[in-house]
Amino acid sequence: MPYQLPPVWTELKQHAVFPEFSHDERARYNFLANLNRFVSTVIAPGNQLAYSRRVEPAFAKEHGRSFNDRFEVGEAMKKDPVYQMWAALRRSTMEMRQQNGRSVVLRQANQLAQKVAHELEGTHLLQLKENFQVPAYLTHVDNHLMPGSYHTEYFPGDVSNAANYDSGLFVTSGGMLGSLTDGGGRAIAAWVKETYPDFHPKQILDIGCGLGHNTLPIALAFPDAQVIGIDAGAPMLRYGAARAHALGIENVTFIQADAAHMQEFANEQFDWVQTTMFLHETGGKSIHTIFAEINRVLKKGGLNLHIEQPQYTPEMSMYEQFMRDWDAYYNAEPYWGHMHDLQPAALMEEAGVPKDKFMQVGVKAINDLDKKKQDGKVTEDYGRSPIWNVFGGWKA
Amino acid sequence: MKTELSGSHAGGSIQANPGVDAVNDIVMAGNKSKGGRPYFLEDPAVERVLNIAMAIATEVAVAHERMDTLERLLESKGLLSRNDIEMYVPDEKAAEERQGWHARFTARILRIVQQEVEAVAHPENNTPMRTIADEINEM
Repeated sequence: MPYQLPPVWTELKQHAVFPEFSHDERARYNFLANLNRFVSTVIAPGNQLAYSRRVEPAFAKEHGRSFNDRFEVGEAMKKDPVYQMWAALRRSTMEMRQQNGRSVVLRQANQLAQKVAHELEGTHLLQLKENFQVPAYLTHVDNHLMPGSYHTEYFPGDVSNAANYDSGLFVTSGGMLGSLTDGGGRAIAAWVKETYPDFHPKQILDIGCGLGHNTLPIALAFPDAQVIGIDAGAPMLRYGAARAHALGIENVTFIQADAAHMQEFANEQFDWVQTTMFLHETGGKSIHTIFAEINRVLKKGGLNLHIEQPQYTPEMSMYEQFMRDWDAYYNAEPYWGHMHDLQPAALMEEAGVPKDKFMQVGVKAINDLDKKKQDGKVTEDYGRSPIWNVFGGWKA
Repeated sequence: MKTELSGSHAGGSIQANPGVDAVNDIVMAGNKSKGGRPYFLEDPAVERVLNIAMAIATEVAVAHERMDTLERLLESKGLLSRNDIEMYVPDEKAAEERQGWHARFTARILRIVQQEVEAVAHPENNTPMRTIADEINEM
């Protein structure tokens, strides 16, 4: 099979509040996307080889048994030169992606803030709160090695971190999430429509919506519904509301709220509560409060779905668990590991979904840039592959 | 750091914003994220050099892509001779823009060293991610 090239960065759709990129800034991202592709398809498979041919056999010889858990795998792999260089390069690409993206948005931070303010004039798409308390699980870490994470404002009205996130995710994902980086939202909207053709939600809540990458496809797929996206990060909400308006989507509102304390919403207000790649960025106590709140705001008979990376189960090999855990510690998503040890069915019971209404399926990103180029076998890149686990159910 | 509007898709005039003066784009672009930085190679010094080399590789690729653009455009329009490039001397404005480019270039290449300094300056942000994971598990 010929080498699969990532799409060029200019295939990313640029809307009215998108940051301006110079020729060289685009070129920097083209290089990074290619570097990521090479590291993940050519170098990363060396980890599996090193594990099966020398790391695991050496451990078994020394201890008279195989690994007990993914942490033992990690300790052994740390000494392997192939793993060391792969990990060093992967960390380096993540840091470079942040620096390159931040240099683009910070130099035009004022213009971006004003473009967003201009786009939002006369609209009611955005509701921010004064003195909003950002949950501790967010301020405790810079998720994805993104300095300042989702919530930091460098000055009033700032959207820098959101604009960086919007314009750079294309690079991290190698373009596999599509021209609006919305492959996850498109996939879930299409799956719900196809699987439940008689489901006509009027009120939809997307928790941890960020800048709305995966919220807007749901709003587009269900034009008769009112979609509310909540997030803790003001820059994300501000930018997301302006982005939605710039893309002509009217049936969505971006509200600043804490998922564990959604007092702005009534009991049984929503027909559908969705989270997409959100739960692993919460905390070990908060996640349960969040599921209790979902139970409260979701109607009886309502749909509750969560897009996540696969849970760690006894069927998953120790090696795969270790590789999937990498992002938890080295890409600064520290709740990732603990969260993927939880039982989804038990979480769903906390949200009012009994075991017999629980479901779990796999979905793949719907990518408008596919053009049949990416149709070949996708090299497993664990936390980065555009293939997810969806779990959820119908509230009894 | 003051920035100027390029004007191609401004939505009205750009207002002065005193808060934006706090933004130092060259240094802040390379800020270290929270949590102790893991090193994967046995000698962290080697990994720092690896990071510098990869940043240089980026910039070589960028320069190559720009030259490629230039050559293709020139080729299609027949506008410039190579001697024009050899004889070029920047005026004052061009000189400042070019020096600014060098400053950003250098900051990108030395990001890893800057972040080591930040790690020393802010010891509270060096908690190992495993500890943070356990702490967050209690939040």
